[in-house]
Amino acid sequence: MEGTVFNIFAGLAVLSALLVVANPFSRNPVTSALFLVTTMISISGLFVLLGAYFLAAVQILVYAGAVMVLFLFVIMLLDLREGARRKLNLVSFAMGFMAVGSLFLVYKSSVDQTYGDTTQHQEVAAGVNQVEGSTRALGQSLFSAEKGFILPFEIVSVLLLVAMVGVILLSRKEPL
Amino acid sequence: MEATLGHYLLVSGALFAIGLLGVIVRRNLLIIYMSLELMLNAANVALVAMSRFNGNLDGQVMVFFVITVAAAEVAVGLALIVALYRKRQTAEVADLATMKL
Repeated sequence: MEGTVFNIFAGLAVLSALLVVANPFSRNPVTSALFLVTTMISISGLFVLLGAYFLAAVQILVYAGAVMVLFLFVIMLLDLREGARRKLNLVSFAMGFMAVGSLFLVYKSSVDQTYGDTTQHQEVAAGVNQVEGSTRALGQSLFSAEKGFILPFEIVSVLLLVAMVGVILLSRKEPL
Repeated sequence: MEATLGHYLLVSGALFAIGLLGVIVRRNLLIIYMSLELMLNAANVALVAMSRFNGNLDGQVMVFFVITVAAAEVAVGLALIVALYRKRQTAEVADLATMKL
């Protein structure tokens, strides 16, 4: 059962990711953005399978919600119809596919060598107590006093403030 | 068939490879940016899988930070693209080959 659901979500994620990058039917950035939403939702399904429930919810809220809406806003703000008509260079696409594909094969062979022996690995996984990333568990490990991540959390809040001020400065009509 | 850590790592590697392909072959700034997001998400899948199969929640905390930083990065990057489009009226990298604005 779990294996079937994994296959569905993994296949959907990889397939729609391919359609983001190289869609044979459409050169429109809006299509790419919508397929990226499908990828994000499939990845969130994988997170649920891995017991990371809070991150699955955050993935949908932040990526499928906020980030993709921002992308669609910008796509529609910029008039990109001229770019859509340009053809993808087939030679460069084939060369890029070969380069990235061979990189992936190197990665796959190393993963197979390290984790290919499933029986041994499942024994290890059964010995470890499987963690569940519920909101409570994640919050406790984020904010606990001795092993927590309070300083990184505060730094990230400053980073968000800096990003917000920077965006407002960048998108002014006339520079300061 | 139970999905093992190896399977999750393969999915993550495939997503990362597709994102890299997009950054290499596509010429539209926005699609390059979406491919970057795809690569960040591939790293997130690997981190969550490692966290699950090693019984340690720290990987998920890391993903939490990655998502936050990615959201800030998207906002700044898209503002830069809009500012660039105002100056040059294009979002194709082939037309942005000069260093002078």
